[in-house]
Amino acid sequence: MSVALQTFDLCKSFGGITATDHVDFTLEKGARHALIGPNGAGKTTFVNQLTGVLKPSSGCITLMGEDITKLTREARVQRGLARTFQINQLFATMTPLEMVALVTSERLGRGSQPFRALDLDAELVEQTAEILTRFRLDDMMDRTIATLPYGKQRQIEIAAAFAARPTVLLLDEPAAGVPEAERRELMQTVAELPDDVSVLLIEHDMDLVFRFATRITVLVNGRVLAEGTPEEMARDPAVRAAYLGESTHV
Amino acid sequence: MRAESFDARVRQALYANRRWHPAEIGFWILAFAAYLLFPSHLLLLNEIAILALFALSLDLILGYAGIVSLGHAAFLGMGAYAAGLLAKHVTGDPFAGLACGMAAAGLVGLLTSPLVLRGSDLTRLMVTLGVALILYELANSFGSLTGGADGLQGVMMKPVLGQFEFDIFGRTAYLYSLSVLFLLFLIARRVVHSPVGLSLRAVRDNPLRASASGVPNGRRLAAAYTLAAAYAGAAGALLAQTTQFVSLDVLDFHRSADLMLVLIIGGAGYLYGGLIGAIAFKLLQDAIASFTPQYWMFWIGLFLVLFVLGGREIIHSAVKTVAGRFARLGRGGAR
Repeated sequence: MSVALQTFDLCKSFGGITATDHVDFTLEKGARHALIGPNGAGKTTFVNQLTGVLKPSSGCITLMGEDITKLTREARVQRGLARTFQINQLFATMTPLEMVALVTSERLGRGSQPFRALDLDAELVEQTAEILTRFRLDDMMDRTIATLPYGKQRQIEIAAAFAARPTVLLLDEPAAGVPEAERRELMQTVAELPDDVSVLLIEHDMDLVFRFATRITVLVNGRVLAEGTPEEMARDPAVRAAYLGESTHV
Repeated sequence: MRAESFDARVRQALYANRRWHPAEIGFWILAFAAYLLFPSHLLLLNEIAILALFALSLDLILGYAGIVSLGHAAFLGMGAYAAGLLAKHVTGDPFAGLACGMAAAGLVGLLTSPLVLRGSDLTRLMVTLGVALILYELANSFGSLTGGADGLQGVMMKPVLGQFEFDIFGRTAYLYSLSVLFLLFLIARRVVHSPVGLSLRAVRDNPLRASASGVPNGRRLAAAYTLAAAYAGAAGALLAQTTQFVSLDVLDFHRSADLMLVLIIGGAGYLYGGLIGAIAFKLLQDAIASFTPQYWMFWIGLFLVLFVLGGREIIHSAVKTVAGRFARLGRGGAR
């Protein structure tokens, strides 16, 4: 298998605190990979460096072999690295239709065209409709996002990231805070993501992790503690210790 | 399988945003009809049209891109002086002056956009205010060029299109200003319903998600700021040309502050807010000034306090109801 996303010796410190500590990480093409770890393990800090929200202190990141360490957030998206957020980051005054159309229009390079009408752009309309249908948002595409149920908003998070047609998709706790009743649909959405998209799932919920991932990396105190198949991780004593709350690094 | 009809529904829903509402058509017909309906108030109408264009400019950045500004007079003044100086020293052709005013103000907008785009709302308020103060003092101290506190004298305008002379009743002035307003409004309307407009709303709603969606936030905001500056420059040019005079007052703080009030009255983010606000503000100012010329600011102040405290919703819902009636009338007519 070839590599989609890779970090080399990635470090990030805030003052005296090391949030990411010499992380070498590899995401294979087409992977279903989960990144787990206790609270404060540095999972979100790690994702924020991958997507360009934070600048690493040292080390580098490659996407499909290209060094993206110094690229802006939007340049990474244009190269096929998209993400969702742990806490909803949506365009509250827009409709799902508008939000998906926005991402699609940026991907098609329409974003800098001030005189183009959205509805007359056949390519944009077709691809927007495709995403809305795929994520089962078609029946509520016209409602303001802020008025939709929370589970649907989580669904839009994923739809908006997916509309960028990523080669690598980072899902930051997609099921966080979703009530049980709406959880099934969301997990189905995650399961249905096409195979050619490499997915990195950052998650707390072990149920979801073990159902979804074929490979797991455990992050503790900013360091990779262990990596392997779900079965290996479930057996690993160090991983169990970390999850039982015992301190493994003093 | 996705049905063809769903694509059509998506297209229809996207079209709905930019479709002309019957109330809009009614608004513009009334605006042009005002020339015939109120022949003795054309000077006031001209002022309203210019203020409306100025407010449209602020709406582009405040309502659509979420950039607050307390120094929008900088661009009004830049446009006014550029157009006035061109008319005095080079050519009195109105369209050349208009282009010159827009270009000069747009350039200032482009150059100052990096300052304005960083930081929070409060920083933006301060930076925009600062830029306007700097321009005011520059205009004041370069008296040999701008006329300083005496104002720029000797602005002579040629007839519009070589045909229509500016007159003391404001006949040409109003039609000229209104036409420019209408044209620039059409362009603005097109832009806000384009992919660029959509991306500006995205940046306004959530900059983090906008950049995670592939939007180059900084560049898009800089473009919007430059466009808005050029629009304010156009308003300044119209002011200089139709009054054939430019004074330091065009750069004064009260211009920026009044503009904010206009947009608060009319509401931001739907393009007509600035226009409706300008009409309400000028009519109110005119009405109050006619019975109490010295203390009109008191009444404006009182009105604003009451308006912001509770009247706004009432007025806006009344406007919506009227617009809804119009829409039904329009549909009835179409049948």
